[in-house]
Amino acid sequence: MSISLDEVRHVARLARLELDEAELVAFQSELNALLGHFQDIRGIDVYGQSPHSRSSALQNVWADDDTWPSLPRGSALQNAGVTKAGLFIVPTIIEE
Amino acid sequence: MVRYLPSVGMEVHAELKTRSKMFCRCPVAFGGEPNTRVCPVCLGLPGALPVPNRAAVEMVVRTALALNCQIAYDSVFHRKNYFYPDLPKGYQVSQYGETNPIGYQGWLGIPVKGGGTKRIAIRRVHLEEDTGKLMHLPSGGSGVDFNRAGVPLMEIVTEFPPDIESADEARDYLVQLRSILVWLGVCDGKMEEGSLRCEPNISIRPEGSDRHGVKTELKNLNSFRAVHQGVLFEVARQSAVLDRGERVVQETRGWNESTQTSFVMRTKESEQDYRYFACPDLAPMHFEKDWVERQRSELPELPLAMQERFQRQFGLNAEHSGLLVSDRDWAEFFEESVRLGGDAQVVCNWMNADFAKLLNESGQRARRDAQEDDSTASLVTPAHLADISRLILNGTVNSKVAKQLLGEAFATGAMPSRLVEQRGLTQVSDASLIQDAVARVIEDNPGPVDQFRSGKEGVIGFLVGKVMRETEGRANPSLVQEEMRRQLEK
Ligand SMILES: [Zn+2]
Repeated sequence: MSISLDEVRHVARLARLELDEAELVAFQSELNALLGHFQDIRGIDVYGQSPHSRSSALQNVWADDDTWPSLPRGSALQNAGVTKAGLFIVPTIIEE
Repeated sequence: MVRYLPSVGMEVHAELKTRSKMFCRCPVAFGGEPNTRVCPVCLGLPGALPVPNRAAVEMVVRTALALNCQIAYDSVFHRKNYFYPDLPKGYQVSQYGETNPIGYQGWLGIPVKGGGTKRIAIRRVHLEEDTGKLMHLPSGGSGVDFNRAGVPLMEIVTEFPPDIESADEARDYLVQLRSILVWLGVCDGKMEEGSLRCEPNISIRPEGSDRHGVKTELKNLNSFRAVHQGVLFEVARQSAVLDRGERVVQETRGWNESTQTSFVMRTKESEQDYRYFACPDLAPMHFEKDWVERQRSELPELPLAMQERFQRQFGLNAEHSGLLVSDRDWAEFFEESVRLGGDAQVVCNWMNADFAKLLNESGQRARRDAQEDDSTASLVTPAHLADISRLILNGTVNSKVAKQLLGEAFATGAMPSRLVEQRGLTQVSDASLIQDAVARVIEDNPGPVDQFRSGKEGVIGFLVGKVMRETEGRANPSLVQEEMRRQLEK
């Protein structure tokens, strides 16, 4: 299992990371090392296991339809770079 | 000239009518000050953990059953990963897969002209969360309000290839779907507020071809009418493109309500790569078969089925019965009134005309039961209409007096038959009284009488009206008519 430079570029774009060529190459080898671990997992016999089974046996963890007090708006906005009239302000969106 | 066949797939998003959001307990509401219904969970702050709202899950199960779906007894939530400023976590919790959505492979019946229904196949009914709202600021930049972020959202998607083959069917599908959602109490159905949103995808193909054409998706449709007009427009636009020998481009288009045209929203949709995976923060759901069957058995009779039953059982026509099932409380009001001895046709007529008018004018709604204590509910109960129906059918009052009685019942809650007793409003059917009144009117109106006798038959209405006025509206109009004719033709 190995990842091409183009795939690294694609993943970086999806993650909104701007990487130069040297960084792309560095990430390629790091990601390949990481994916190498999946080779170990491939070796495990999972025959008969449900694809959704997980380490925890929890299921149906639900809450009742009650309400709780929300954050004061000041707290909700306190980490925002720019705010205006109670809104988080972001640069104008340009569709790709 | 080539004829084109449209096919329309429907993607409908319905905000669920829960008190709190899908994965946190922030309240759900429309409007209000921005960013006042947010918390660490729905803002996607680090370390916050989501807990699904049980009521939302149950609402989707009930809807899926009402839409004749298979139920996924085991179902998980996935993360749909993409970046957009209205999506605080960088992913939307949704449900991926063919048989993982809570409901899959269902259908919805839409009425067909001339009777019967057509089944529209449904591919999936799944549960996800809504995004925040972006507003573009005139001063540049965009403002984000996360009040809507995390509101439980149900997505209902039709099967491909779509069964919907016209703008009429697209609208009818949405009308039926909305009516079921409102009926089940899972969504308020307010398209103008965006709690019910519809994005049809439209393609056309030349008659005789079974290859489906390139689809365009239409957004910003805020009413049934907009959906109808939008689909009509797209079909015409695509037909013109093909007629010119060009190709339809796959794109998302917006509907402009004021120009009644569609415009390109995104010219080239970038290849989407959502990297779905099961959300590790959310435990899988498992539904016991018994529990699902109990939900199924507790489903109410749905509007279309009820409408058909009203036609069968009471002999009402499609239009009248359709009006009765436009709202569940309204339909139940009707049935209760009939159960209390009202005549189905008479009650139906009075509900759909005079009573509906009184409610509209006052902004009140029909009350559910006599005990209900709510100022927005009208004082008129099913028993009042059953009472009026009896008074009319046994000839105690004519419809003019009945109208006054309904007006009074509406204002004071008084029972019509009591008012009749108290005021002697009983309809005059006494032959001698009517004979006298008719004779008097003939004597007092020589002009119209001459006109009638010289062949102007229509004048009789005027003369009958005079008699009705003389008797303060209490005379039986058909007896007056009969007597008037008898005396005039003597
Ligand atoms: Zn919250």
